Amino acid sequence: MKSDNMSNLIKNGAIWGFIVLELIFFQIAGEFWSLSERAFMDLDNMLLLLKQSAPIGIIAVGMTVIMINGNIDLSVGATYALCAIVMLDSMSWPFMESLGDWAIPLAWLFALLTGAVLGLINGIIVWKTGVDAFIVTLGSMLGYRGLVFMYNGENPTYHLNWTMVDIAEWDLFGVETPALVFLAVALIVWFVMTRTVHGRNAYAVGNNREAAVNAAIRVGPHMLINFVLIGFLAALSAVTFYSGSGSVNPNDGMLFELWAITAVVLGGTKLIGGAGSIVGTFGGVIAIQLLRKGLGHIGADTATVNLVIGLILIAVLFLDRQLNVKGKEELKV
Amino acid sequence: MTEKTPVLRLEGIVKTFPGVRALDGVSLTLLPGEVHALMGENGAGKSTLMKVLGGIYQPDEGQIIVDEQPVVMSGPLEAKAKGIVFIHQELSLATELSVAENIYLGELPRKRFGLVDWAQLEANTNKILKKLNVGFNAKTRVGSLSIANQQMVEIARALTVDAKAVIFDEPTASLTDAEKVVLFEVIADLQSQGVGIAYISHRMEEIFKITDRISVLRDGQYQGTVNTADTDEEGVTQMMIGRKLDLSRNESHHELGEVAIEVRGLSCGNLYHDVSFEVRRGEVVGFYGLVGAGRTEIAETLFGLRNPSAGTILMNGEEVTIQSPADAIARGISLVPEDRKGQGLVLGMNCRDNMTLPQVGDLTAGPFVSDGAEVAIFDQYRDKLDIRTPGWRQTVGNLSGGNQQKIVIGKWLSMHPNVLIVDEPTRGIDVGSKSEIHNLIRELAAQGYAVIVVSSEMPEVLHVSDRIVAMYMGRIIRTFTSEEVTEDNLIQAISGIEGGKVA
Repeated sequence: MKSDNMSNLIKNGAIWGFIVLELIFFQIAGEFWSLSERAFMDLDNMLLLLKQSAPIGIIAVGMTVIMINGNIDLSVGATYALCAIVMLDSMSWPFMESLGDWAIPLAWLFALLTGAVLGLINGIIVWKTGVDAFIVTLGSMLGYRGLVFMYNGENPTYHLNWTMVDIAEWDLFGVETPALVFLAVALIVWFVMTRTVHGRNAYAVGNNREAAVNAAIRVGPHMLINFVLIGFLAALSAVTFYSGSGSVNPNDGMLFELWAITAVVLGGTKLIGGAGSIVGTFGGVIAIQLLRKGLGHIGADTATVNLVIGLILIAVLFLDRQLNVKGKEELKV
Repeated sequence: MTEKTPVLRLEGIVKTFPGVRALDGVSLTLLPGEVHALMGENGAGKSTLMKVLGGIYQPDEGQIIVDEQPVVMSGPLEAKAKGIVFIHQELSLATELSVAENIYLGELPRKRFGLVDWAQLEANTNKILKKLNVGFNAKTRVGSLSIANQQMVEIARALTVDAKAVIFDEPTASLTDAEKVVLFEVIADLQSQGVGIAYISHRMEEIFKITDRISVLRDGQYQGTVNTADTDEEGVTQMMIGRKLDLSRNESHHELGEVAIEVRGLSCGNLYHDVSFEVRRGEVVGFYGLVGAGRTEIAETLFGLRNPSAGTILMNGEEVTIQSPADAIARGISLVPEDRKGQGLVLGMNCRDNMTLPQVGDLTAGPFVSDGAEVAIFDQYRDKLDIRTPGWRQTVGNLSGGNQQKIVIGKWLSMHPNVLIVDEPTRGIDVGSKSEIHNLIRELAAQGYAVIVVSSEMPEVLHVSDRIVAMYMGRIIRTFTSEEVTEDNLIQAISGIEGGKVA
């Protein structure tokens, strides 16, 4: 039992160890290769990092819940883009324009509702048809993206409102709104997953669905709620990001689902469900963003960054597998 | 027995599946405070009856009556709400969650806002665990428990609600003797609280130890209910299969050939130590011991599923290393595994494909799998082993346990092995098919196969083995020939008492 705790500790701590490693590496490597004069581990730089990791981070939190449930949601990137369009476009509707700045909360509400409804659609299909979430959300990913293009063709949708930008760039001790939202979302969902019946049931459903059914947990409605949650969070992510930027391209949010999944898996959540944590996902999000920023800091281009992240993901999962093997005498599968 | 209101009554339940009448007018009355055994061969309809009771199937005819109120069960939720609790044979646990969360799965105690009341949860759980006298607490992760302890967690669930009726489906399948005692105490306790208990098991000795009445099903038909005190094993067996049970020792020996496999000083971590034995062609060697004695692990090592930490394996006098099941198969070692459904068969595939699975790579006509060759193999072993199935297209999952086991055995025989290892050959198999499997094992030895039988059932080991290896805590305590073995000295040996050796 003791070694069980030990290997758990290693597994849960691994992502943080990895982050520390990254920080040290980039700090030192930065001294030699960086073009900028500033140190990597600079407070402003770290705050910026937190802000930049918010869009994917918020989605990854929702993805953690979905994946603990044993599902997956590939449609979040498209949902993100569609909600951004709804938010920005709605602000130029005539009745909204007449409201002045009061249009802002209404636009947010529209966007969040859109996200929740899109999630609801996914959830209802998964529940009622029993089709695997991978397939359902693969379909809705294409479908929702189709809606994005129907809205405004290949053209970007934009609406710049300076009040909205101010809100998006507002800060508390240097922590800007997107970062605050990310932290709050992570905290709330962490609380839900560890302290509430719904959260604990999510683990049970993902771990052994039959057992959950036998224990009279209503699996369908349970998963529906989680799909609504991730739709809502994808929308929230769009709201925090586009309130500041004011312009959305129809291709925005592409591959977001995969980045979110990468962060979740790096953070130790099992692909087959039943195990994982929000704290781990938070670490995973930060680790990826650190890699991107750090490699940029020492002058690597985007292609290299992706290659390195891919390699690290595989290495981490391999290590995880090794840690899970209980010893040489273990039964081979 | 005085007139009591039955807690649960089933009346004339009929359930048909396409082509099968799984239940044909079954009636059953469960009184408060009684332990009522439900017996029958596999495929007799016990599990179907339980599924009807649990609301997983709806009956075509007949009624379920709880407390003299006819009810329609819509699912496990409703059954539980009505005070009917199921303890499933197959573990139904979330291994990543704690013991407490598993016991209260689906009904975690709540505070405001849907928050889990952890303090209450832990207190309740520890109270139950104390009653069960187990060595783990509410916070232990279920995945880190042994199978037997996981079974205890499953049993603990029965104690969470004010149950009117508890249905135990083969609860002792993976329990050790000590744990069985605890389970029986729990049952007695429930009984004294006036709970009606339905107890499904194949193990006669348990049935006679703890039950008050026995109901028997055969081929979906209700065969009657008897008071346990008024009958004996033979009587029940006759009701179940219509013939007598053979509990004798194996007396005939076949002509022995050369040593097929020899093991010297084999060890594997702390699973087993310094194990040495040999098996000759034409011989059946039985491995007997308690759960956890290391028998299955030895079988798995021989089949290349575990790497031994010390010792050698010799086949036909040559030292061999077996790295993987592929190695083992190539050397003519076959394993009929303990967990038939999980490890031995692909349940969703048909009979033919399951049987030809290990050699399908060789059965090709050009680039395609040769249907004809596959069917030929299936037909051959179906006839040889008397596998009863409507045809090779039948999905294996729909066959009875005995026929499934024959498919697994047929699969390996068709590979023409030298050594056949059979782990728990008749677990979960009814009495009738059991003796068929036993005869089959004897016959295989007669044909010159070297056979290793791992079993937890003494009658089985006594019945099929030429020699019996008794194991205790990962060590071989003694090897018996079938002439010198008695029930007493065998039990002593597997309990770690070596005295028998001198005598």
